[in-house]
Amino acid sequence: METLVHNLIASGAFGKNASPSMVAAIVVFIMSAVVFLGVAFPFAGIVSWAERRVWARIQSRVGPNRVGPQGFLQWLADGVKHVCKEDIIPDESDAPLFKMAPYLVMLAFTLPWAVMPFSSSLILADLNVGILYMTSVTALTVVGVLMAGWASNDKWSLIGGIRSAAQIVSYEIPAGLSIFPVVLMTGTLSMQGIIRAQGWAPQHWFLFANPFTFVAANILYISALAEGNRTPFDLPEAESELVAGFATEYSGMRYLFFFMAEWGNLFIIGAIIATLFLGGWQFPHVTKNVVAMNILQAITFNVKVLFLVFVSMWIRATLPRVRIDQLMTLCWKYFVPISFVNMIGTAVWVAIWPDGNSLMGYIMLAGAIALAAVFTQRVIYYLRRSRMEVYFNPTI
Amino acid sequence: MSTLHTEEMTLNMGPQHPSTHGVLRFVVRADGEVMREAIPDVGYLHRSIEKIAEKVGYHGFMPYTDRVDYVCAMFTNQGWGMACEKLANIEVPHRGEYCRVIAAEFNRIASHLLSVGAMAMDIGAVTPFTHAIREREMINDLIEELCGARLTFNYMRIGGVAWDLPPGWREKALAYLDHFDPILEEYNALISWNKIYIERLANVGVITPAEAINYNLVGPNLRACGIKWDIRKDIPYSVYPEFEFDVPIGDGHWGKLGDSMDRYVVRIREMAESSKILRQALHKIPGGPVLAKVARNFKPPKGECQIRLESGRGDMGWYVVSDGTGYPWRVHVRTGSFAAMGIIQKLSAGLMIADLVTLIASLDVIAPEIDR
Amino acid sequence: MESLQILERVKNQFGDRILEISDHKPDPFAVIDPKAVLEIGKFMNQDPELAMDCLSNETGVDYKDRIEVVYHLFSYSKRHTAVLKVKLPRDNPSVATLEGVWKSANWMEREIFDLIGVNFEGHSDMRRILMPEDWIGHPQRKDFVEPAEYHGISTVRESPIIRLDTKKK
Repeated sequence: METLVHNLIASGAFGKNASPSMVAAIVVFIMSAVVFLGVAFPFAGIVSWAERRVWARIQSRVGPNRVGPQGFLQWLADGVKHVCKEDIIPDESDAPLFKMAPYLVMLAFTLPWAVMPFSSSLILADLNVGILYMTSVTALTVVGVLMAGWASNDKWSLIGGIRSAAQIVSYEIPAGLSIFPVVLMTGTLSMQGIIRAQGWAPQHWFLFANPFTFVAANILYISALAEGNRTPFDLPEAESELVAGFATEYSGMRYLFFFMAEWGNLFIIGAIIATLFLGGWQFPHVTKNVVAMNILQAITFNVKVLFLVFVSMWIRATLPRVRIDQLMTLCWKYFVPISFVNMIGTAVWVAIWPDGNSLMGYIMLAGAIALAAVFTQRVIYYLRRSRMEVYFNPTI
Repeated sequence: MSTLHTEEMTLNMGPQHPSTHGVLRFVVRADGEVMREAIPDVGYLHRSIEKIAEKVGYHGFMPYTDRVDYVCAMFTNQGWGMACEKLANIEVPHRGEYCRVIAAEFNRIASHLLSVGAMAMDIGAVTPFTHAIREREMINDLIEELCGARLTFNYMRIGGVAWDLPPGWREKALAYLDHFDPILEEYNALISWNKIYIERLANVGVITPAEAINYNLVGPNLRACGIKWDIRKDIPYSVYPEFEFDVPIGDGHWGKLGDSMDRYVVRIREMAESSKILRQALHKIPGGPVLAKVARNFKPPKGECQIRLESGRGDMGWYVVSDGTGYPWRVHVRTGSFAAMGIIQKLSAGLMIADLVTLIASLDVIAPEIDR
Repeated sequence: MESLQILERVKNQFGDRILEISDHKPDPFAVIDPKAVLEIGKFMNQDPELAMDCLSNETGVDYKDRIEVVYHLFSYSKRHTAVLKVKLPRDNPSVATLEGVWKSANWMEREIFDLIGVNFEGHSDMRRILMPEDWIGHPQRKDFVEPAEYHGISTVRESPIIRLDTKKK
């Protein structure tokens, strides 16, 4: 970032007497605007379309396919419709808090994009506490959701808000504890640092580095789903019980803000897992051209994150919801102890093999490939047995 | 430290709600997530169907019976037909009885599909619902060929059924059954043995057999408590004695005997049994007329009678009082959902709000049946 | 046991509290004294030979000169049924509740109270079940006249066809 500012001033783009801080500020604003408005928000919208298509194909339906090619502009149409709706603010509600709540939740979704490592040089701010910043900022959703639940002056919203607050706060613990194994192995909290410590090949990813990080990755993924209010943990917006939970009284664009935050959170969840465990943007060094390498790395990162987003949608379409007491039991009685065991196990592992044990990487990778093969075989078995006609064409 | 002052919340799970099966209202007194009591408030769908019977006459009441339980319309049709036939001592031709059984068993499969699909959706899994509806749509297509309607059939008449099976329908029905049996296995693999699903259903709303009988629970609700009782086997009517089928009962495999999981599994297994009955019926169906000769101004002799038949929701009791004219003096339907609502208030103490939804779904409560 | 045998057994126990046994086809029934309903109900429930553990159906019927409450009893263990009837006067009909014996009577009696107007003494929760709480009248009675309006909504609507007719003239 600083080099960029120096280069810009030196090239005279801003005139002779430009002060570095002014230039830096302008550059930051423009880059943030590009990332937030050009990447984050449209992504949240596109995920809504993608989720509906993925759901529909899993449910043997078609999904939106009218508005634009393959229904791709459906999210724009939805956005326009919601903006044109009447902005209803309940009479007895606490109007300032009611209006502010969606913005806080959007803030929690927008801020992590500042440290999103798209490629080796495409990162808005390479903080040296990157991953810590990410997890702590996503916790701002608690404030927004609680505000929404309380300010709506509606008992059902209140129940949804309290449930959500309890859920997010509880699952911060296993999520945070599951980041520690990676931090122990790399010694740094910065996103780029963690990615650079891994290699491009799967056996060099932290996912397969040792069994403790494998378990930690799974716990991190599930806890991140719980924090993002995704099924199987979507009690706060449990549609069949609480109508829309904390967002019941919201209508129009305010309602959409909550859900854009949820959809955008999918990318952030995927990004956290991809960075910490899947090697991030690492790509084999095939060319000396910096721009081409950056593009390849960005594509790699996006592919990994989008795959995890797809898995989140897949899980949401398949699994039922857990009850609130089962959710709490899962977190406190199972995940927290397992996360502690992971942390200590990784510490012991790092003490024994400070430079990592690549043999374990190969063994774990072989195990993962075997698991994937078993999964594929079972899918084929069930398809054959039920003699269902399967349409593989997603553009049906 | 002095105890914190808490008070219980009174919530209204109102008549418009995404998960109550029809228009039902519950006043829930809850202490946080745990309920103290859920008081049902019914009557939002009361259409005074029983009084309408006194105005429209015997033949004219048949379409109204569809609306008593629109998910299981064939059974209500059959019940009204059977009650009038018992009053006037009319015998339905053999082929007519077979058509009745075939239509009824298809309707049972459709009703159970809707029930288990909606239950899965209430628990949170949205996919099983669409898969169940996909299968139900195929049954609806078959029945549409048979009688022209997809939901409120008005297929049966006093003395038999209205129309014979169309040509080629038998083969289509058998092809559908061949398609359906493995689908049930796939459905089970998707949701029934899912760990989260079992955790949500097991030990929720346990009903002991003595309670079930005392509260007059019927159908799958009763069989899930371990009582092997099915009107088709125990007080046989129509041509059911000619078929071989089993009556699934709950066995407390995943939790206590008589919990929601048992009720769910009994419904899944009943669908397989209905499929067996259908195959036998479609193979054995005799020839002949389908409708007995019944006068257009049907005047049964003065008297009263009660019949019971096994509908999708259980034992449905029809009580008809006739005064010798062409209009019934009194008609009363006692449906399975009415009794099931009576037990919800007692079972709800100590459950969580999420469990109330599970309980209503597992008892397979349909609002029009309660309110008529 | 056949229905008539069951009713004979009850008559042996209760003598003249059973007012009439009719072998009406197809379902024979017994008319009992309204004041003996609770006793007879308990006896039929607890007697080991009868073991009527289920009140399968309870109906109120409005005849022009009386109101009847018809009880259909059933036994799961013995697989037999019996029908009891109670005849009540039309003004202020009242009979003891059977809720203590069979819990299913709770909701069924509420429905009879709501729609026919029979008051069940001793019922734990005697209020309307299907009609709104502030409804006046008992709709399933034969002499029920629908009110002209409910909360300001008129229930009477002139048929537009009639209006057309008068316009033509």
